[in-house]
Amino acid sequence: MGVAGEASRPAAATAPPPLEGRTALVTGGGKGIGRATAIALAEMGASVVVAYRSDSGAAEETAHQVGGSAVQCDVTYGEAVQAMVKAIGKVDVLVNNAGAVRDNLLLRMKEADWDYILQTDLTSAFHTTKAVMSGMLRARWGRIVNMTSVVGITGNPGQANYAAAKAGLIGFTKSIAKEIGSRSITCNAVAPGYVRTELTEASLTDEIVAELVKRTPLQREGSAEDVAAAVAFLCSPAAGFITGHVLVVDGGLSI
Amino acid sequence: MAELDFKELQELAAEILGVEPEQVQMNVSFQRDLAADSLDLVELIAAVEDKYDVELPEEQLEQMKNVGDLWQFLEAREAERTRA
Repeated sequence: MGVAGEASRPAAATAPPPLEGRTALVTGGGKGIGRATAIALAEMGASVVVAYRSDSGAAEETAHQVGGSAVQCDVTYGEAVQAMVKAIGKVDVLVNNAGAVRDNLLLRMKEADWDYILQTDLTSAFHTTKAVMSGMLRARWGRIVNMTSVVGITGNPGQANYAAAKAGLIGFTKSIAKEIGSRSITCNAVAPGYVRTELTEASLTDEIVAELVKRTPLQREGSAEDVAAAVAFLCSPAAGFITGHVLVVDGGLSI
Repeated sequence: MAELDFKELQELAAEILGVEPEQVQMNVSFQRDLAADSLDLVELIAAVEDKYDVELPEEQLEQMKNVGDLWQFLEAREAERTRA
């Protein structure tokens, strides 16, 4: 009865994917780390919604790849975010990944660049998290992961706006973790080191990356997939007792 | 607009607070009798605002101790609307 034995094996080994039946919203999900995160969450069985601001081509492509959907939304506008979440219906997993940079030394930094980065990298998380909260509270389950940065911990010349926003996200993460922990909703942050994506291509030249790799204990460049794996873990049922944590993914560069 | 139905509010509060509708009575305290914590209350208020299309001002929230307080607020709003 070898056939029966083999037929029964896959059935026994097929546990449902850990995020089956869950809907995940990834902001800035069309490209870079967001895209890798969308793919990782889809592999865990989640239905993924990719939110994007301007690059519909990339977002549609990512959505197609993960069998999910793409939705245009400027997450710096509270009303637009509320409407998007309402249209999705139920968000179990939220990854606040949307972000931008406008680097300059403080003396040369315009107030508009400060405001823009605070809005895009910090206020956006306020809007999205607030919009998904009542659904998560009702469901008594949820996962929120905020994409911060090692720069939010260490600071970086030329990035006062970005570092302030990313440090702000860490305080936000810990506060939300305390507010909603009693409902089995976790809120964590992932802090990538230097990862080459569209966001960083202007600042991370080959020479700079080579220098950074030299100073990195793990002696290689980080990838969007490295970061996405950390996000995926924090969204998994296995991470159910971890909240308010900042998981640094930088190959050890900042230690 | 249909008249307010206390039973509807009982059901809504019961669902959100995880209690039986009969427990939700006018003289009952959210915190003391229904063991509602601050999150339960903001959830309930959000649901009430949605359902009844009202907005509870921050200063009114402080005064919502009993189910009856919430009910009176809704009745007052309803009366305002009928007059308008």
